[in-house]
Amino acid sequence: MSDPTIQATIEKVLARHGGRPGPLLEVLHGVQDALGYVPGEAVPMIANGLNLSIADVHGVVTFYHHFRDRPAGRHVVQICRAEACQSMQGAALAEHARRQLAIEFNETTRDQRISLQPIYCFGNCACAPAVMIDGELHGRVTPERFDALIAALEPGK
Amino acid sequence: MTTIVYIPRDASALSLGAEGVAQAIAAQAAARKIDIRIVRNGSRGLCWLEPMVEVQTAAGRIAYGPVSAHDVPSLYLAGFLSGGAHALRLGVTEDIAYLKRQERLTFARVGITDPVSLADYVANGGYRGLRRALELAPEAIVQEVTDSGLRGRGGAAFPTGIKWKTVLDQRATQKYVTANADEGDSGTFADRMLMEGDPLLLIEGMTIAGVAVGATHGYIYLRVEYPHALAVLNAAIAVAYREHYLGRDILGSGQQFELEVRVGAGAYICGEETSMLESLEGKRGEIRVRPPLPAIKGLFGMPTIVNNVISLASVPGILERGAAFYQNYGAGRSRGTLPIQLAGNVKRGGLIEKAFGVTLRDILYDYGGGSASGRPIRAVQVGGPLGAYMPESQFDTAIDYEAFSAVGALVGHGGIVVFDDTVDMAHMARYAMEFCAHESCGKCTPCRIGSTRGVEVIDRIVRGVDRERNIELLEDLCDTMLQGSLCGLGGMTPLPVQSALKYFPEDFRAVRS
Repeated sequence: MSDPTIQATIEKVLARHGGRPGPLLEVLHGVQDALGYVPGEAVPMIANGLNLSIADVHGVVTFYHHFRDRPAGRHVVQICRAEACQSMQGAALAEHARRQLAIEFNETTRDQRISLQPIYCFGNCACAPAVMIDGELHGRVTPERFDALIAALEPGK
Repeated sequence: MTTIVYIPRDASALSLGAEGVAQAIAAQAAARKIDIRIVRNGSRGLCWLEPMVEVQTAAGRIAYGPVSAHDVPSLYLAGFLSGGAHALRLGVTEDIAYLKRQERLTFARVGITDPVSLADYVANGGYRGLRRALELAPEAIVQEVTDSGLRGRGGAAFPTGIKWKTVLDQRATQKYVTANADEGDSGTFADRMLMEGDPLLLIEGMTIAGVAVGATHGYIYLRVEYPHALAVLNAAIAVAYREHYLGRDILGSGQQFELEVRVGAGAYICGEETSMLESLEGKRGEIRVRPPLPAIKGLFGMPTIVNNVISLASVPGILERGAAFYQNYGAGRSRGTLPIQLAGNVKRGGLIEKAFGVTLRDILYDYGGGSASGRPIRAVQVGGPLGAYMPESQFDTAIDYEAFSAVGALVGHGGIVVFDDTVDMAHMARYAMEFCAHESCGKCTPCRIGSTRGVEVIDRIVRGVDRERNIELLEDLCDTMLQGSLCGLGGMTPLPVQSALKYFPEDFRAVRS
């Protein structure tokens, strides 16, 4: 992604959120929502715009699991790893997902199709195990159902 | 005549296909030229029956569930719009035993109304609490909350009225009310259900808090994992502003209260109140050393109420019906009701709001119906990742803060995760340490380093390396974390570990291949 694109996005996000009290998290959400990630080049630009140090902004970006510093795949698959999902074979589901997609958690397939992320609770604990795919939540996901959900992404590919 | 059909928009119901059901019901109605109105309500909390569809009939609301999109044609053939017989028919919703035997005060409207309809909210008793509060002196509002015996539902169980009194007594140019909606504990979803199912109740509770302590600005700190709650909250806030329940001049009283949602970014530690304040300020969610308390020096250095969603949502009812009404429910020093969340390996998981004093066994078996797998329940974890694992011998413990504390356990936010006899408790203890290492803010050593060492020690125990000495070392490490950590994350991670060691020692000493 080119610097002017990043710069333009940041200016837009700063215009919207920059004036609010304690705006950095809102700004980072805005950037990630627009660009899909928070590029390293964005950090000094945001720091400059909010009159913060680069270290401050870097520190915040890296503290929160939600912000990523590189683009995700075309689809983001999030699997809950927490206790309630574990009690319903969540660990086996996670293992199945890693094997099927041939990637580890926090990795993206080589064709950039799918990123796999661990999540610690969607609050769907009475319908475990829970998986979110591109923002859509699924409950009581078995390995078979997982495969069907993945196959349903981008039909024909 | 238009028939009203209720299909939940709750995230759990959606995760089981409620959207497809809604589309199928609408499509069939159009094809059959039947006049229906679909209301997307919250969930009644009978999670094993979701998606649960309800139809308004002369005999009351009739429920069907769990409904899949494939069932819809047969529902129409059965005449479900007038409550016709069908294999999925559950009868009159209010008469379903799981619901009927609850004491729903805070969740009274959840699943019944349209969450973003102010008219529905007001028609069902909404905003009576705020109207009463606006007639009272600030001290009298705080006194009412104190007298109700309400204690923080986030887990710490600190008396809500005392916290409010501290904020009220501060002189400051600006005060804040913050709702901690960073419900990160596995096995808990009451905040989510409340925000998705009756968001105006939280908004009303926060407004009352603002009026009580003289705070003109509120923030809801919502976790990023709850996109559905975010959408509902923002819609409800917009409606409340439009109808002057929020803003510069609330209901013509001259009082101001502004409210907005701020979204977290996937850090469990931000559920700790001082870490949440740091995050609201746009910083790393590193915890603050107390004192000063947030009530004295909180958000942006100003006096701040930090309450859990359920605590705040309990307030309108207390103001409407009086402290004595609320106080009448409960046991011992735990007054009122607790929305209990039953989850994990259980047949009938869901939300059960009960007065304090119900036993764990009643919840697990009478409500829950035992494990989902049909195998014996071996352990339950109550109160999230920092709560103790409880063995069968403790299932007769009454759910009440003091009774739980007496057996070394934690009520916390009221989440219960059920495990059957296939669970490996050494693995769960290791997970507790691993989770702490993953989520530690890094500020204090016992938590930051202790959790990593904890994983390593448990690995050695499980591998059989110098087992007895390493078990002793683990107990020592737990003690250090418990005594030496700055906040509850490092300070309470030992609870699940120690309870696993104490009640399930055989899992640590098993010979593994």
